[in-house]
Amino acid sequence: MQDPLVVVEKIVARHRDTPGAAIPILQGIQNKLGYVSPLFLQKVAELTDIPASDLYGIVTFYSQFRLDPVGRNHVQICHGTACHLAGAEKVTDVLEHETKTSCGCTSADKEYTLEKVACIGCCSLAPVININGKIHGHLTAEKTKKILKGITREKDEGEKG
Amino acid sequence: MNDTIYIVKIGLASCGIAAGATSVYQTFEAQMDRDHVSLIPTGCLGVCYCEPLVEVISPSGESVLYGNVTPKDAQQIMEQHINQGMVVQHLLAFPQDREDPEWDYFNKQTRFALQNCGVINPEDINSYTDAGGYQGLKKSLMLGPELIIKELEQAGLRGRGGAGFPTYRKWQLTRQAVGKPKYVVCNADEGDPGAFMDRSILESDPHSVIEGLLIAGYAIGATQGYFYVRAEYPLAIKRLRIALDQVRAAKLLGTHILDTDFSFEIDIREGAGAFVCGEETALLMSIEGRRGMPRFRPPYPAEKGLFHCPTAINNVETLANVPRIMYQGHAAYSKHGTEQSKGTKVFALAGKVNRGGLVEIPMGMNVNELVFAIGGGISTGKPFKAIQTGGPSGGCIPAELGETPVDYENLAQIGAIMGSGGLLVMDEDTCMIDVAKFFLHFAREESCGKCTFCRIGTEKMLQILTRISQGEGKPTDIQVLADLGQKIQVGSMCGLGQSVPNPVLTTLKYFRQEYEAHIDAGICPAKQCKSLIDYQIVTETCRSCNLCVISCPVKAISGKKGQAYQINETTCVRCGLCLDSCRFNAIRVTSLPTKHTEATTEVI
Ligand SMILES: Cc1cc2nc3c(=O)[nH]c(=O)nc-3n(C[C@H](O)[C@H](O)[C@H](O)COP(=O)(O)O)c2cc1C
Repeated sequence: MQDPLVVVEKIVARHRDTPGAAIPILQGIQNKLGYVSPLFLQKVAELTDIPASDLYGIVTFYSQFRLDPVGRNHVQICHGTACHLAGAEKVTDVLEHETKTSCGCTSADKEYTLEKVACIGCCSLAPVININGKIHGHLTAEKTKKILKGITREKDEGEKG
Repeated sequence: MNDTIYIVKIGLASCGIAAGATSVYQTFEAQMDRDHVSLIPTGCLGVCYCEPLVEVISPSGESVLYGNVTPKDAQQIMEQHINQGMVVQHLLAFPQDREDPEWDYFNKQTRFALQNCGVINPEDINSYTDAGGYQGLKKSLMLGPELIIKELEQAGLRGRGGAGFPTYRKWQLTRQAVGKPKYVVCNADEGDPGAFMDRSILESDPHSVIEGLLIAGYAIGATQGYFYVRAEYPLAIKRLRIALDQVRAAKLLGTHILDTDFSFEIDIREGAGAFVCGEETALLMSIEGRRGMPRFRPPYPAEKGLFHCPTAINNVETLANVPRIMYQGHAAYSKHGTEQSKGTKVFALAGKVNRGGLVEIPMGMNVNELVFAIGGGISTGKPFKAIQTGGPSGGCIPAELGETPVDYENLAQIGAIMGSGGLLVMDEDTCMIDVAKFFLHFAREESCGKCTFCRIGTEKMLQILTRISQGEGKPTDIQVLADLGQKIQVGSMCGLGQSVPNPVLTTLKYFRQEYEAHIDAGICPAKQCKSLIDYQIVTETCRSCNLCVISCPVKAISGKKGQAYQINETTCVRCGLCLDSCRFNAIRVTSLPTKHTEATTEVI
């Protein structure tokens, strides 16, 4: 695997001419590496004239940024209004219970990261969750459990095969 | 065109894809007879409640809509409809008779901003130009800035981002402002939970917004435009990028556009998950690479905006209207709507409504018509209680005010706002304290923290609402909430603080008795507040099938085969999972004994 700091260097170089580049740089890093660690922030500060404190300020202001890596399955639970009315809390309860993780955390086996997010704009499918970029809608407790079972099965098969 | 060709359109916007439209598309693609079928991926037709949606247009021009289509259904449509010319009746999303009330979903709408959504291929510029695309730009470049602004003034277009500021005025001010360079920014941050108008437009018709931004840039004398799009909208961003590459290749973007002196560039900036960045000054801070903290206005961005230069910021829907107004003339727009609110408005209809989706109505249509004629009424079959417009900044409108016309003036008068277009329908089972709490929770999380009243006031209000929902409200709480809400409004600098007390203030105004029931009697009339309800097993109907036991996360249910089960109310966390799992209606939600009766028991 490539040295993460080299990746950071490349991303910074790509944004040399972008006005107000801090956020696109940090987004680039998170897209490539999955998170923005304090070490990466330090590196960005060295390569640009943006103080590390500013970068840290940005990372902690915007909810998109993560200072730690996510688990293998990144589960975003929509808490938009429609999802709330349709039972997002229940879905959250099931997910927390089944993965033994609480929202905002990653499970001990690094299998799941649960995250509450604001509306993902699929209100007519409420309640919805987004697992690794795929949206699952009209969830019930049963359906949510089934989806998780599917993931575990896939993983087991992957490990066998 | 070959007169034996069938056109098949499949909606591939986010909600369609989430519902499984991609595999339906692939089924058609793999199995259709290419000589007789032309397959077109489109965006969102707005009929979200029966996605995946497939439209089949026969060689004679007759169109039918199939809903909830699976890959297997797709095969049947190919075999029966396309090969044999017979409509597959049981898959129809709408009856064949266009006069049927179900068609009111479309018949009552006026699709202006959405005219191409679900109709054209969003990833193909030719599909857009065939529908009249970029004609508005051509005409604008001939008319010149002054006449463009005049045209928008006559059209009466007002900003669709929430505030309703006249668009022509914003452009005029930015045009007149001194300072160079000038910028135009498209606000696609759409942070209101429950709103997806802008996402749908960008996914279904990105060129219309780009064309609007180009016209804006030309009218105010800008050289650079930005799209600020929420990061949660990856498909919208992808389609915008594709569209921008296409306009660049078609020389509609870059230097000397259409052989004029007008040169213009567009960049995309992704939001990073902060609701407050929808506010214009915060948005500009974010593009500048800083924390998105709103600043005091004036100076308005028109004078001093991005990088301290004059900047016009417009919402996605506002911009999508512009090329149509320019091409079709101001009258095509201003003939819709009311005296002061011209044109149409797109709403994202969601919640407990039968036909949820994206709808565009002429301003002035009343709430009942929107909920019942277009939305098809309440999905649960229970009584209609209220709608909520404008998300966390908005207010609720009770069913009694269902005759209220939807326009800026009338909504403001009853304490709600038009907002950006989120419209949530609520039934009897919705607890208004829960709704107010939900929005306030959102507000507290999203307050940037700059103004004390917004930062701490929302926290305090949330604490009070929480205690009310737990049956521990105090008689003075209602007054404190009203007072604090009003103070947050006047004590906050930006629109966030100024508007987030609205959900509480309007529920207080229209559903005061519900607050009183929680506070005085400890009852949640909608039976939603967990601390005020109990789950019980109905002994007569329970068949001890064990499903609830399996579903319970805290093992609060026990029982023996052949006997009714029981719920241990001390362990029970009131998550309601048992209720969902029960197939025999044997679980019931009850209110706890009221405070009043408890008090009497104590006396005895
Ligand atoms: C807290 C807050 C959030 C906002 N969010 C949005 C938004 O998501 N989209 C939007 O277009 N306008 C939003 N606005 C309104 C913008 O500040 C601005 O008025 C609008 O983009 C102007 O465009 P328009 O004149 O075309 O409506 C928001 C305002 C506030 C105070």
